[in-house]
Amino acid sequence: MVRIIGFLVGLFFAVMALWAFGTGLGTVASQGYLKETTAESVFHRKPKPLHLASDGPFGKFDYQQVQRGYQVYKEVCKACHSLNHVAFRDLAELGYDQAEVKAEAAQWTVPGIDPNTGETTTRPGTPTDYFPKPFANDIAARAANSGGIPPDLSLMAKAREGGAAYIYSILTGFQPVPAELKKKFPDFQTPTGTYFNPYFANLNIKMPPPLTSDGQVTFKDGTPSTVDEMAKDVAAFLVWTAEPTLAKRHQTGWPVVLFLIFATGLAFFAKKQVWANARVRHD
Amino acid sequence: MSFPWAQHYEPKVPFMRWLDEKLPLPRLVYNAIGGGYPVPRNLNYAWNFGVLAGFCLVLQIVTGVILAMHYAPNATVAFDSTEHIMRDVNWGWMLRYAHANGASAFFVVVYLHIFRGFFYGSYKAPREMVWLLGVTIFLLMMATAFMGYVLPWGQMSFWGAKVITGLFGAIPLVGQPLQVWLLGGFAPDNAALNRFFSLHFLLPFVIAGVIILHIWALHIPGSSNPTGVEVKSESDTVPFHPYYTAKDGFGLGVFLVIYCAFLFFMPNALGHPDNYIPANPIATPAEIVPEWYFWPYYAILRSFTVSLHIPFTNVTLIDAKLLGVLAMFSSILVWFFLPWLDRSPVRSGHYRPLYRKFFWVLVVDLLILGYCGGSRPEEPYLMISQLAAAYYFLHFLVVVPIVSSFERPEPLPFSITEAVLGSDKKAVLGENTTPAT
Repeated sequence: MVRIIGFLVGLFFAVMALWAFGTGLGTVASQGYLKETTAESVFHRKPKPLHLASDGPFGKFDYQQVQRGYQVYKEVCKACHSLNHVAFRDLAELGYDQAEVKAEAAQWTVPGIDPNTGETTTRPGTPTDYFPKPFANDIAARAANSGGIPPDLSLMAKAREGGAAYIYSILTGFQPVPAELKKKFPDFQTPTGTYFNPYFANLNIKMPPPLTSDGQVTFKDGTPSTVDEMAKDVAAFLVWTAEPTLAKRHQTGWPVVLFLIFATGLAFFAKKQVWANARVRHD
Repeated sequence: MSFPWAQHYEPKVPFMRWLDEKLPLPRLVYNAIGGGYPVPRNLNYAWNFGVLAGFCLVLQIVTGVILAMHYAPNATVAFDSTEHIMRDVNWGWMLRYAHANGASAFFVVVYLHIFRGFFYGSYKAPREMVWLLGVTIFLLMMATAFMGYVLPWGQMSFWGAKVITGLFGAIPLVGQPLQVWLLGGFAPDNAALNRFFSLHFLLPFVIAGVIILHIWALHIPGSSNPTGVEVKSESDTVPFHPYYTAKDGFGLGVFLVIYCAFLFFMPNALGHPDNYIPANPIATPAEIVPEWYFWPYYAILRSFTVSLHIPFTNVTLIDAKLLGVLAMFSSILVWFFLPWLDRSPVRSGHYRPLYRKFFWVLVVDLLILGYCGGSRPEEPYLMISQLAAAYYFLHFLVVVPIVSSFERPEPLPFSITEAVLGSDKKAVLGENTTPAT
């Protein structure tokens, strides 16, 4: 009985799946293999390769570079983008000492409460404060950015396919609409308030090109601040903000894995020793 | 419940004698996974995955309980509290990555455990109950994993919850109210997140309970083995300890090396980047995909694109969406009936030339379904998954019963001892071991 019912149920599902397949096949046969081609599907590009010190299982942060990236964030990105998950105290990990962290925090203005009146006010930051948000709320953010909300950058390096390479490619990918695209898709438009960028999902990004000219930021360590260098450095900084524990993770991982390989070797010989008594013939 | 030649527990020190009289817990352990459990001597490494699955459950419970001390199940702060664990909690990043990758590792070993069962016919009499409890554990695991993925409250958490609970909405008449009741609202929100957290904490302990039943049911007939020939005499078995504790110890080491390589060097490889974006009910992600271990079922769900209707009329009997939901649930439920669908008296695929071939077709079929389930729902993946879904159901419900009724199995060895050691038992077993008579 189980087998008869099972047989019928199995045939039913198989027939329905094949029927759906046949319908799909019919569509292909009558209309040809329709793959919808849009400007995005043809001209969207994968991120450019980017190599950072934090890549790979041996990766560590290049703190010089991350500090430069922080400077780019502070002088350019922070105008629109928040860094919600990062506190000033975290900067200590970048090689700043306590006094420098304190001085750095004090340069930022954070929301506060007047201790006498209870009214909202502002005050200089302290190391325990988180980086302040550039906009009071989403509506203010939209109003100031042609209807788009600049995303929080703390996790950007983990929240996009391609990670740091994606950030680097977006920052250096602004360009005029290619003639080929205009020829192929005459309807394609870059509406006012958006900018063409082939590394962005729908090709039109609401962010104006933030890094426009070499020397826009003057690096304290004297590194020439080309647009390419600034984009790379800020990508490296955002890898750090996305996972400040990354270097520690790699550092911890090696002894753990090497110990486990050693212990597994011992376990293998222990197993051999135990089974030697059972005299199993392996043939 | 054991073989007559099983070793007996003998407490050696006075304290253990005293304990054994009042509460024979050491005796229980000794008979379950110690010297008191005789196991076929020919188990290969495919038999390691049960112990590994048990290890994964313990790993998930230990890391999960600690994570729950720092996590806040509230829609406004859940995402931030997850990041707080990653950044501020001591070793929090390791706990969270261990838990997230632990879920994947759990599914890897359980899939291998299940496929061991398919190949070696472990589901057959007298072990049907072991199999039924095992499928129950797998269903509980799926529910637990699904709810766990919702907790970080990222974009994939939210939209995954919306899609999966939406499946209940496809049930006629009661579907919509049922979906609202399950979610505690019209869309996933605080109510849903809170109950998912509560159930995600509860279910692993339910799983642990069913695992005890699973192992209990296993110990009645004893473990199966690669020949599928039942144990006949003492020379067919070795005590679980030290033989299989040693073998499982090595297997556990290999598992841990691979698991830790993921944990420390590519912890996000199996996740989706969108889950690092906070949940946003008004921004649908470009693609909504579940975690990799659900991909085959997701492909089955999506491959039913045609409604069942009476030909030449507009009367729809079963809507395409409902059909997909039924197919997806049936794809696991069908495993419950496997012991009665497969009539072959021979258990092991080693001696079933035809079944063996179909087994490998099933493996490839599931890999194809998995690949399609992880891809966008467009051609050619849709058409490929439709063919693969059709084979999936035909395999269990048509191919297995038919093959089992007319296949001519290859000759079986007389006993496990003969299969392992050849017929000259005395020569290979040594003087100290009593050969089978």
